[in-house]
Amino acid sequence: MQVALFITCFNDTLFPQVGMATVRLIERLGHTVQFRSAQTCCGQMHVNTGYQREAVPLVRRFVQIFHDAEVVVAPSASCIGLIRDYYGHIAALADDTALAREIAILQPRVLELTEFLTRMGVTDVGAYFPHRVTYHPTCHSLRVLRLGDAPLRLLHAVRGIEVVALPDAEQCCGFGGTFAVKNADTSMAMLGDKLRAVRDTRAEVVVAADTSCLMQIGGALQRQRAGVRTMHLAEVLAHTEDRQ
Amino acid sequence: MKPQSVLIELQPKFERNAPAALANTQLRRNMGKATQTIRAKRAAVVDEMPDWEQLRTAGRQIKEHTLYHLDTYLLQLEAAVQRAGGHVHWAADAAAANAIVTGLVQAHGAREVIKVKSLTTDEIKLNAALAEAGISAIETDLAELIIQLAGEHSSHILVPAIHKNRAEIRELFMRTLGIAEISDEPTALAAAARSYLRAKFLSVPVAISGGNFAVAATGAICVVESEGNGRMCLTLPEVLISVVGIEKLVPTWQDLEVFLQLLPRSSTGERMNPYTSIWTGVTPGDGPQAFHLVLLDNGRTNVLADEIGRQTLHCIRCSACLNICPVYERTGGHAYGSVYPGPIGAILTPQLVGVEHARSLPYASSLCGACYDVCPVQINIPEVLIHMRGEVVRQHQDTGGLAAALEPEALAMQLLSQVFGSQATYEMAQRLAQLGQGPLVRDGTISWLPGLLGGWTAMRDLSAVPQQTFRQWWRERDA
Ligand code: SF4
Repeated sequence: MQVALFITCFNDTLFPQVGMATVRLIERLGHTVQFRSAQTCCGQMHVNTGYQREAVPLVRRFVQIFHDAEVVVAPSASCIGLIRDYYGHIAALADDTALAREIAILQPRVLELTEFLTRMGVTDVGAYFPHRVTYHPTCHSLRVLRLGDAPLRLLHAVRGIEVVALPDAEQCCGFGGTFAVKNADTSMAMLGDKLRAVRDTRAEVVVAADTSCLMQIGGALQRQRAGVRTMHLAEVLAHTEDRQ
Repeated sequence: MKPQSVLIELQPKFERNAPAALANTQLRRNMGKATQTIRAKRAAVVDEMPDWEQLRTAGRQIKEHTLYHLDTYLLQLEAAVQRAGGHVHWAADAAAANAIVTGLVQAHGAREVIKVKSLTTDEIKLNAALAEAGISAIETDLAELIIQLAGEHSSHILVPAIHKNRAEIRELFMRTLGIAEISDEPTALAAAARSYLRAKFLSVPVAISGGNFAVAATGAICVVESEGNGRMCLTLPEVLISVVGIEKLVPTWQDLEVFLQLLPRSSTGERMNPYTSIWTGVTPGDGPQAFHLVLLDNGRTNVLADEIGRQTLHCIRCSACLNICPVYERTGGHAYGSVYPGPIGAILTPQLVGVEHARSLPYASSLCGACYDVCPVQINIPEVLIHMRGEVVRQHQDTGGLAAALEPEALAMQLLSQVFGSQATYEMAQRLAQLGQGPLVRDGTISWLPGLLGGWTAMRDLSAVPQQTFRQWWRERDA
């Protein structure tokens, strides 16, 4: 399959290793990855902060770039959630029925990485990762994309891995985009409880399907010198015995 | 004119109020304990229902249908109530409703009224309006009474005194009810309230209630409660006045079947609530002999006019969204500065009073979506929150002029929209970021989100911008 990678602006600039891992993983499974370099940002920050008129050109741009892709895959649950749930609203706001139509046609082919792997029917991706990990289901993977236990099943199939359950896993980490800034104190109160849960697992690595939440959790773990790393699910799944 | 009475202060500033609440460790403990207990109870009784999802869908569909035909059903209800010997009054806003109720109480010559717990009357600040006319309103719901005696505002729509613990309530009762010494056992506290309230039930001639549901076909009004004090108010006095929002209608008696399953399980985590009172007009020789229904708009038709926002009117005020909300759990209800706190307050209040008066509320959420999952009538609260954020920004941009356009957040969003608008500007911004400059960074580290650094670095480190973007890696690999 020809997979058009939507890397997301966030990963592209700040977490390139997540993109590299995603490419390695998809190629290892026998697919071709293409990177359409005109891509920038899906508009999530603009839409969620209320700057929805400003998001209209970004939505148009995304659709233009990817409309003819066989499948679009992104290693970001929140970006895919936005494209799936809110692009239609943005087209309505712009009063653009042609755009709304194109969005509706494209949407079913835009998948988050775990969804893509599930769609391909793979659980064992041939990864090797000899570490104790815990999985944080981010709000968007859990309640918007409804990934359920698919990410956990992928993790359990990794050789050498020890997966420990995260207490109160379904609780939000407190990131929420601009929420972490506008309501920093509340965000930190939520994060504090998440950190306690993470440390209770005595895991070496916290894994999630959203880099933004990992930045929130990881930033605080680093500050606490907790000795716990954060990794995107794609990074764990990309690990093999000969390539670590 | 849009109603503003729903707000406790004119401009709730959630961001400003929250830190004080977060710093109050007693409050944090009280709230954490209370919400976790009720969440677990709700989850247990919801899990035992094999058809819960179908019930939620039915609840949403009944509400959608009713709101679509609201004009017809309201007239049906009016006719049915009148047929059953009741009187119907229409109130466009809080002032009109308060005037109607005050006039009715005065016409019956009463100086005191007893009240069934009612959010709608809190919304219109009825007690204050009655007090101005020299009428004292006595709250009979235990938690509501506690709040009234303490001179505070409610912090939860179902359990107004959720922020208080037993010791605090004991102290309050001893101070305000003239009780010499009681223990802080729940039974002792309830007994103290009972002896105070019983005297009122038997002597006050007028009662005021809200209504959970109003059946258009028959004119029946339904009130759901736990203590039985509501039942006392609804049966003992001579006159009953019910203030009901126009969104509380259901078409037929049979529709109650759905909501009376959804509501108690979602709100108190009970299979069925202890008291469900349903009455139709007046019954000679039984119960109040005069019944007045005040139908309240107070901004609801504005909500109905908004395609995305109108689902907010499905709300049956169960409070499940408050109990599950990680933000509400940590800040408590007062931070919202609104009669309706929590997720439902964050979407309802701005719509009732106008977004310009409640700009911080739609942002009082991490958009985690837990509220949508528990809402018994499937209100997509995150969707409405995002929509309301859009309304906040658009309203500000369209009326705020140059000053609004020059605010740091607005400038940053404009700039980033342009940065992301073309590959060339985006890649240039990335290169600048690697040099520690430009719109994506500040002070050598990322400032992806406007204003990120201030709040962020109090608790979290930020890693520096990597020297190779993904796309640079891709190009090198390709070459
Ligand atoms: S919005 Fe839904 S969950 Fe919240 S109080 Fe209303 S009905 Fe209950």
